[in-house]
Amino acid sequence: MRTRQSEPKIRIENVSYSYGGKQALRNVTLDIPANAVTVFIGPAGGGKTTLLRLINRLNDFVDGTEMSGRILLDGQDIYDPDVDVTALRRRVGMVFALPLPLPGTIRQNVEYGPRLAGLRDRARLDELVERSLKMAALWDEVKDRLDSPASALSGGQQQRLCIARSLALEPEVLLLDEPTSGLDPISTGKVEEALYELKQRYTIVIVPHSVQQAARVADYAAFFLMGEMVEYRPGREIFTVPHDKRTEDYVTGRFG
Amino acid sequence: MSRYTVQRVGFTLLALAALLVVIPILWVVAIVVVRGAGAINWEFLTTMPRNGMREGGILPAIVGTLLLTLGTALVAIPMGVGGAIYLAEYARDTWLTRAIRLAIINLAGIPSVVYGLFGLGLFVLFLHFGTSVLAGSLTLAIMTLPIIISTSEEALRSVPMEFRTVNASLGGTRWQAIRNIVLPQALPGIVTGVILGLLRAAGETAPILFTVAAFYLPRLPRSPFDPTMALPYHLYVISTQVPGMPEKIQYGTALVLLILVLSMNVVATTIRSYFRRRREW
Repeated sequence: MRTRQSEPKIRIENVSYSYGGKQALRNVTLDIPANAVTVFIGPAGGGKTTLLRLINRLNDFVDGTEMSGRILLDGQDIYDPDVDVTALRRRVGMVFALPLPLPGTIRQNVEYGPRLAGLRDRARLDELVERSLKMAALWDEVKDRLDSPASALSGGQQQRLCIARSLALEPEVLLLDEPTSGLDPISTGKVEEALYELKQRYTIVIVPHSVQQAARVADYAAFFLMGEMVEYRPGREIFTVPHDKRTEDYVTGRFG
Repeated sequence: MSRYTVQRVGFTLLALAALLVVIPILWVVAIVVVRGAGAINWEFLTTMPRNGMREGGILPAIVGTLLLTLGTALVAIPMGVGGAIYLAEYARDTWLTRAIRLAIINLAGIPSVVYGLFGLGLFVLFLHFGTSVLAGSLTLAIMTLPIIISTSEEALRSVPMEFRTVNASLGGTRWQAIRNIVLPQALPGIVTGVILGLLRAAGETAPILFTVAAFYLPRLPRSPFDPTMALPYHLYVISTQVPGMPEKIQYGTALVLLILVLSMNVVATTIRSYFRRRREW
């Protein structure tokens, strides 16, 4: 299924994927548009997280996998042997379900990516730290203690720190895997607000932790069931007028 | 009996078992201290042995043991930690890595005298290093490697996988993850393994028997190709090979070896707890 935009940011073409003999994705095809929030919904084990991790090649670490099909970023196949994987991961950031600050201070966490990329200029780093923390809606809470340990932050703050850490690389795409699953409603609200701001500049793909959250943030939504993409539609249609019976059963809470 | 009483009896028995372990250790240390403390003075620590080792000091044995430990460290630490990094971070699970692991486990179980013979064959004779500090250090290093590798690998593996994933997701290479995150976090465990290995090397007699240790050599080694006296072997010699040896010197030598090893242990524990306090997860 194609979206209205002619040139998608990410094009997933006929992707099948299996690991350890288990088929995780079956012939998935979809286009992810730029400057919008695309959500992957569906019950656990449907392949949402797997597909997310394929988009910045984090599954390269897993042994015994098999993949067919293509994933294109701005028209370029990211699984092409010539692709520099570390450069790809700088363009496509990832935020995980469990916030995991790296050992060290808040500042060190945000600077980590840019430093890996070779940036040493103090003024530029300071600027990146401030900008990223502001975009992740964390700046006001931590600006006076940037050099205290990141592990001392609350869970919600840690997750926003992890978002800021990804943003510091100035990526083009931000992937979020259930970023609010461990958070209280207030922190969740802050993260969702941050997402709303972020989509003006980034392409965002998110696996939300609930259908309600999906409905709140989605510009486009894809429904995954047991490795297959059942339905992919713009806006809130998938939640209000789903075409497929299985989608309807899921979004109305009949299973999940 | 109530459940509470049963629990009390259980605790008491367990505490007794723990106590029983400690008693022999304290006993040994106490005997060595009581009988050996009188021998220790400045002259004993800083002069050459005289009169067939029955008089004078044990300086060459102390220096020899320190040199051998240093030599062992220089060889075994880079090789051992490097090997552990390879096994824990890079090697995939193939028949080759399984064979390497099996070899390491088996190496750890080989009696130390076999290492001594191996060192004699390879370093002393085949490579013509002669009975020397170099040959002894290399032999001790090989004996120490399995301990350093297996404890370091364990320490590296205990660093959560997720740190490596986060590093990768931020555009980091495997090596950047190792250098920036994994190695610093694993350092306490690695230091522990290194010290355990070196302590064993410092106290061993059999591996140095044929490769470096001199029976009676009242001078200090001048190059890595010189033989030297060493504390464990010296202790063996003066306890069994020299008639008319004053008991005070025997226990004094044992006490010096004990203090040397224990102080290395204390240094190691201090380093370890320092790094552990800085760990955050």
